[in-house]
Amino acid sequence: MSALLFLAQRATAVVLALAVAVHLGTILYAVRDGLTAADILARTHGNLWFLMFYGLFVVAVAIHAPIGLRNVMREWTRWRGPMLDIALALLALLLLGLGARAVFAVFTA
Amino acid sequence: MTGAAAGVMLEVEVWRGGETGHFQPFVLARRAHQTVLDVVTEIQREHDATLSYRFACRVGMCGSCAMVVNGRPRWTCRTRVSEVIGDGHRLRLEPLRNFAIVKDLAVEMTQFFDKWRQAQGYFEPGPQPQADFAVVRPATPQRRAADAGIECIGCGVCYSACDVVAWDEDYLGPAALNRAWTLVNDVRDRAGEARLAAVSASSGCQACHTHMSCTQFCPKAIEPTYAIAGLKRAVLRRVLRSGS
Repeated sequence: MSALLFLAQRATAVVLALAVAVHLGTILYAVRDGLTAADILARTHGNLWFLMFYGLFVVAVAIHAPIGLRNVMREWTRWRGPMLDIALALLALLLLGLGARAVFAVFTA
Repeated sequence: MTGAAAGVMLEVEVWRGGETGHFQPFVLARRAHQTVLDVVTEIQREHDATLSYRFACRVGMCGSCAMVVNGRPRWTCRTRVSEVIGDGHRLRLEPLRNFAIVKDLAVEMTQFFDKWRQAQGYFEPGPQPQADFAVVRPATPQRRAADAGIECIGCGVCYSACDVVAWDEDYLGPAALNRAWTLVNDVRDRAGEARLAAVSASSGCQACHTHMSCTQFCPKAIEPTYAIAGLKRAVLRRVLRSGS
């Protein structure tokens, strides 16, 4: 793992630690009185704070997870080199695409 | 057991062969204050002269007699049998893990020392020698950080204990990184950025998982884990400064 990847993984870990805590905390708070899916979508629709928060969440996941998986693959398998990096860059794009699609779907619902 | 106990015997299994091989059993007398190196030497002199192992000083200065004793890497010269098995009677001796085996208990250490070079674990005075003696005050943070790791004698115990080396054979390992950290903190050294680049290449200090096995097993009570953590911080500062 290069120093740049190391920095990216540590920085996104900090973002994710906060984002996951806010995410879980918000869920627990929001559903305490039995909020329905329609009520939640009504609150997220057009909400720029929601879009920015979960957009950041998705970007952090798309960076953090492939770097971690790359380390696991290098340590537990013999797969190295450019093909591994390409495969994990594709995984990053997949996570980014799927995550962005979900965030926009909820934002525009 | 500190005194001689007449008739008490020790059952010792010793690795014989190279990467493939088998454990050969020996039975010998348990003696007072017997070290593991005493046991190996007695086996070679009295039981099987073809047993290969390495030692030199017998007093914990040279670091050449390290082996895996009952699953843990140790200096055999400074390890009494009683420390390992108490009043038990079984010893299992293997060559250091993560090294290529030359024969029996002797390992090839070339890769280990090559990694010291890769990590720039040598003093770099710069193009011009300094005109005068450098004044390095003992209480400065850099001198203290260097002091903490400077007594390494390169025995390979930490390298043998390290799981990351077992997983990634290119990983520089605790000893080389510890040495690099002492030099990062040497105010006279001029390698600076080049050494940080060397230790932060792929399979460099960032690969450390902070398992702390190196710190746990170091016979000199050096703490390479903290040296590696220091390198990680220095490398991150370098990346933030230069962007690579």
